[in-house]
Amino acid sequence: MSRVRGFAIGVWEFVVGDDLRAALGVVLALAFTALLAGGGISAWWVMPLAVIVLLALSLRRAARGASR
Amino acid sequence: MSGADIGLALSVFLACSVEAVEALTIVLAVGATRSWSSALSGVGAATLALAVIVTALGPALTSLPIDVLRVIVGGLLLIFGLQWLRKAILRAAGLKAKHDELQIYEEEAAAARAAGAAPAGFDGYAFTIAFKGVLLEGLEVAFIVLTFGANQHRVPLAAVAAVLAVLLVVFAGFAARAPLARVPENTMKFAVGVMLSSFGMFWGAEGAGASWPGGDAALLAIVPGVLLVASAMIWTLRRAPGLAGAEQAMPGEPHDRATVSA
Repeated sequence: MSRVRGFAIGVWEFVVGDDLRAALGVVLALAFTALLAGGGISAWWVMPLAVIVLLALSLRRAARGASR
Repeated sequence: MSGADIGLALSVFLACSVEAVEALTIVLAVGATRSWSSALSGVGAATLALAVIVTALGPALTSLPIDVLRVIVGGLLLIFGLQWLRKAILRAAGLKAKHDELQIYEEEAAAARAAGAAPAGFDGYAFTIAFKGVLLEGLEVAFIVLTFGANQHRVPLAAVAAVLAVLLVVFAGFAARAPLARVPENTMKFAVGVMLSSFGMFWGAEGAGASWPGGDAALLAIVPGVLLVASAMIWTLRRAPGLAGAEQAMPGEPHDRATVSA
């Protein structure tokens, strides 16, 4: 059981990495894109905006951690 | 070869080169201090395992409907790309210690010596360390080869780019008989982060149903756009007050190596 758990944790860390909020942000941005596109609204701008915001927030968290 | 194919080959080549340099350092350290034959056996076993993973998962991925594939692959590439980009930006801004292959080599060699004398025949320590090093560094490359390749139905092209990168690094490493400390790893990681993030957002949005202005040509704006934004973030962090000398407080590469470093 501990091996299965270890494997699951390894896969999680491999895919998500050390910033869960950034990963969740990507999923939410994709969902919002699908929602807009499904409603016939232009949605191409969502992902670029999400990347800028998510990267900036992730760097801000890391920089704050570094300055402590 | 289309622009997307060139982007695919370049991204895989750069990512694979960086990971191969890191794996080479580990193999050189255990090979030189303990047993070359056992270390190279570990490399062979890990390469075989990676080939099996790519061969098994490649067809499964390419059989998915294109929109499903694009949204999954785009999302994963973007999550991955943001990780690479974040670490590269932090290193370029001086907020995270840069990868020092010579230091890592010395640490790996010291650990190998501390593990006791190598037996006359098969050395389990050298085999295991080389196997783990190559497999862990290679998994990221396998992931990129699979996702990039499957999405464009060009897994063979991605695999060729990866093999070429490994051959180049192995040739350079054994010619130098030393870790490749002069390779601009962070610049290459930054470039890979830009490419993964760009293609990830492009495919992810398309898979979710959005249409990019200009179709595939939008990539010609997206890639430079991400590069510009990331460069601006480095510039901003370098000039942020109160962050000077913060590098000491951030974990360096030896800690990253314990997991899977980007």
